[in-house]
Amino acid sequence: MNAPSDTIAQYNFAYLDEQTKRMIRRAILKAIAIPGYQVPFASREMPMPYGWGTGGVQVTASIIGPDDVLKVIDQGADDTTNAVSIRAFFQKVAHVAVTTHTADATIVQTRHRIPEEPLKEGQVLVYQVPIPEPLRFLEPRETETRKMHALEEYGLMHVKLYEDIAQHGHIATTFAYPVKVEGRYVMDPSPTPKFDNPKMHMSRALQLFGAGREKRIYAVPPHTRVESLDFEDHPFEVQRFDEPCALCGGMDVYLDEVILDDQGGRMFVCSDTDHCEERRDAGHRGHLAGEDGPPSSISEGGTQ
Amino acid sequence: MAFDSIAIEGGFKNPVFDAQSMFRAVMQALAEPGTVHRGIALTRPPAPLTPEAAGVALTLCDQDTPVWLDPALRAEEAVGTWLAFHTGAPLANTPADAHFIFVADAENLIGLENFAQGTQEYPDRSATLVLQVKSLTGGAELVLEGPGIESRARLSPHPMPRHFARQWAQNRARFPRGIDIVLVSREGLAALPRTTRIVNQEGEPCM
Ligand SMILES: [Zn+2]
Repeated sequence: MNAPSDTIAQYNFAYLDEQTKRMIRRAILKAIAIPGYQVPFASREMPMPYGWGTGGVQVTASIIGPDDVLKVIDQGADDTTNAVSIRAFFQKVAHVAVTTHTADATIVQTRHRIPEEPLKEGQVLVYQVPIPEPLRFLEPRETETRKMHALEEYGLMHVKLYEDIAQHGHIATTFAYPVKVEGRYVMDPSPTPKFDNPKMHMSRALQLFGAGREKRIYAVPPHTRVESLDFEDHPFEVQRFDEPCALCGGMDVYLDEVILDDQGGRMFVCSDTDHCEERRDAGHRGHLAGEDGPPSSISEGGTQ
Repeated sequence: MAFDSIAIEGGFKNPVFDAQSMFRAVMQALAEPGTVHRGIALTRPPAPLTPEAAGVALTLCDQDTPVWLDPALRAEEAVGTWLAFHTGAPLANTPADAHFIFVADAENLIGLENFAQGTQEYPDRSATLVLQVKSLTGGAELVLEGPGIESRARLSPHPMPRHFARQWAQNRARFPRGIDIVLVSREGLAALPRTTRIVNQEGEPCM
C-alpha cells in the first residue's frame, strides 16, 4: 500500500535519517560478527513509547528496503494493537508490502514469539527487547556485567538457575530463559517463552535483537549454536501442553488460554495465529472448531 | 576545475535506496560467510578505488568513522578527496585509529594485528577491512567453518594478504577481539567475520 505522494516528502525513508541508519547498520554488522555480544548504539526517540519496541523498530527501519515484505507479531498474533501499529508505521514510512504469512515475509518483527513455521534462508527475525542484559538481575552495575561477559564469568547465572531447582525441583524460569551463543556469550532471548529457545538453535534465518531504552543491539547469525543453560542432572526441557489446539488440533505448538465465558469456560489455542489458520485452511480441525471456522473472537489473517 | 568535478561526481544514483541494498548485501555476506552477493549498487570513484569498495564506503562511513587507506590508495590524492567529499570520513592518523581500512594492494598489506582489535569488554571497537581483490575465484581455496555456515563454505579470493591463513588463525584466536573482512571484486562481495575458521580438508584449523 502506498501513501499519497504528498505525504511521502514529510518522512525520511523508513523514518530514520541516513546518519542514524548508518550508525545502527554498523552496530548490526558488529553484532553479527560477535554473536550474542551486546553492541551499544545511540538509540533514537521514535514516535511511539519504549514499551512498544522501539529497539526492534529501529533495527527494522535500518535494514528494510522497498522490496521487503514485513510481518509483525505480538504474542504470536498479527492483529494486536502493537503489531497493527508497527505494521501501519512501516507501510506509511517505507511503503513496504506486509503480510501475516510467515513464509511470505522477508523480515519478521516480533515481541514475544518465534513463529512455529521454521524460518528460511534469507529471512530476518527482528526481536523487540525490553531488557537485553541476562545478568542484570544478578548485578545492577553495567561496568560489572560487562566485565563478567568479558571474562566469561557466568557462574552466578548457573547459581541462580540452581536455586530454582532447589526451590521447585526443576528450573522454574519459563520466559527469558538464558542461552549461550556459539559456546561464548550468555544472551537473553528476551520475553520469548523458553518453549521457543530450541527454534533459535541453528536457525536458517538471521536473528537481530534491538533494545531501545537500553541502547543495545545483538545478533545470532544463521546456523549458529544457541544452547539453553542447564545442568547434567537437570537438562533443559521445554513446556509441554496436555492438550492440542482447540481450533486446529495442533500438537507441539505454544498454546494460549482463551476465556470463553464467565462460567469458567476456556480453551487452549495456538498463540501463532498464522500457523493456526494455515492448519485450518489445510483441513485440520480441533475439538472446538465448528464447520464454519473459528469463533469470531479469534483473529483472521491474510495478506493485506 | 577538473579536480573538483572528479571529487563531487560518482556517488550513488539513489543514495537512500542504494545504501540500503548495499548494506543488505554486506549484512547477508557477514551473516553467511563465504557467500557471494551480486547486483550491488555502483559508484564511479577515482582509481584505484573500485566501484564496489567505494559503495561500501558510501554505505557505512561518515564523520564518526576514521578511515585508513593503504599506500596504493593514498598514492592517488583524488581517492582521499573523493571519499572525504562523499562520506565526510576523516583520514586516520595511524592504522590502529581507523574504523574502516580500504586496501587496493592486498598482497602488501601490513599485518592484521596493526588494526584496531577492540577490547575484551568492547570487542565491537574494532576495524573492518575492505579488501579489493581481483577475483573471488581462482586463488588458493579457503575452506570455511563457523557461525553462518551450515557445514562448510569455500572461497578462493586473490590476491590475499601474505600468510593469510596463519594471520586469520591468529585473528580468530583473539576472539571476541579481532577484525572483520569484506572482500570486494567485480563479481560481488563476500565477507569473513572474526568467527569464521579457515580449515583444511580434514576440518582441522589451518595455521
Ligand atoms: Zn491452532
